[in-house]
Amino acid sequence: MINKIVSSLAEAVRDIGDGSVILLGGFIDQGTPDRLLEVLAERRPRDLVIATNNPSVNGRGLAVLMQAGCVRKLICSFPRAPNSDLIEDRMRAGELELEVVPQGTLAERVRSAGAGIPGFYTRTSVGTPLAEGKEHRDFEGETYVFEAAIKGDFALINAHQADRWGNLVYSGSWRNFNPVMAMGARITIAQVREIVPAGELDPETIVTPGIFVNRVVRLED
Amino acid sequence: MTEKLSRLQIAWRLAQDLEEGLVVNLGAGMPLTVSNYVPAGREVIFHSENGVLGIGPRPAAGRENPQLRNAGNQPITLLPGGSLFHHADSFTMIRGGHIDVCVLGAYEVAENGDLANWILPDSPRAPAVGGAMDLATGAKRVFVMMEHCSKEGEPKILKKCSLPLTGLACVSSIYTDMAVIDRDPDGLVVREMIAGMDLAGLQSVTGASLRLADHWRVLSAPLL
Repeated sequence: MINKIVSSLAEAVRDIGDGSVILLGGFIDQGTPDRLLEVLAERRPRDLVIATNNPSVNGRGLAVLMQAGCVRKLICSFPRAPNSDLIEDRMRAGELELEVVPQGTLAERVRSAGAGIPGFYTRTSVGTPLAEGKEHRDFEGETYVFEAAIKGDFALINAHQADRWGNLVYSGSWRNFNPVMAMGARITIAQVREIVPAGELDPETIVTPGIFVNRVVRLED
Repeated sequence: MTEKLSRLQIAWRLAQDLEEGLVVNLGAGMPLTVSNYVPAGREVIFHSENGVLGIGPRPAAGRENPQLRNAGNQPITLLPGGSLFHHADSFTMIRGGHIDVCVLGAYEVAENGDLANWILPDSPRAPAVGGAMDLATGAKRVFVMMEHCSKEGEPKILKKCSLPLTGLACVSSIYTDMAVIDRDPDGLVVREMIAGMDLAGLQSVTGASLRLADHWRVLSAPLL
């Protein structure tokens, strides 16, 4: 019987090793996989590359992982938070590499990885510092810039409900990057609030089909 | 005596130009206040980059849903007909030209429509772009709302931007505390100016050359 439900957070993140590329769902502090990140931080992995929209704004999740010195590179659109001096101090000390990416380009780079597309051309960022050094190409009189896919070793995401096949639904604006990151990684791990029997989620409204999900762990109440 | 508009009055003035049926994205900060001033009975669909279409009025105190917030992290409501979607779909809407208008703040706007609104080179903060470049490039029309001059009194509407750009030739209209200005193929056209202002006065606080529209009007807004 297929069963993607694992019994603990620690088991869910057991094989995330040094140097892993990890994609994170969430937007500001909406639908972030905080508990998975905090339990991962206890293992002190080194040199992680994290792709996410923004660092933690609530001192939880990614902030804990960064404070533990586990992150070598941050790929994100908005590296600001009330306590983001953590980022700026680490950058100045040469301990953290930052790659700033327009938000839609970040989503599409990860979606591309999930769809087997090595990259794509977009008009976003043409003429700005973020396009410097990248391949440019004209299509029908417009200039576009090439953006490469971002493939994750792991994706850590947050969902509302799951079943044992790994089908997921979300709640409100907590969906955001979660379904996108789920598609872009070799192993996707979801922290969820509720697990329901297979067949209970309406097939018409499942947002992330279980094919994109490897492990599900339910948060303690 | 010329009376400049407050920030909320700029938002009110801009909201009057959002026509029935438009899909509109409001940037974080000052632009978010625009939704409060759409004339009653006019249906405008507000989009939020974090995956929401059809944002309604602010929830009453105590009725906030922590899992339903906008791109500025404020609690929101959904109107009947509203929908939720993930980030790749949200930015497909933005980058694919499906958003009619986006409203952004700006540090500088050039007379050819170039926009600079994301980074100050001497800032000690990490550079943060968010969705600004996607919106500037992808929306059908970009409305900028800002003070006409910087805090130091320097013009923010210029021949050429001096700051790193957000998007090229993307701004269609500029709403300031002194004027409403449209961009056409020949440059910038003043559609409205506050009472007591004339073109020479406005030109003296503007770094790009301005023309006056034939049927220009006085810019005014209710007290807010």
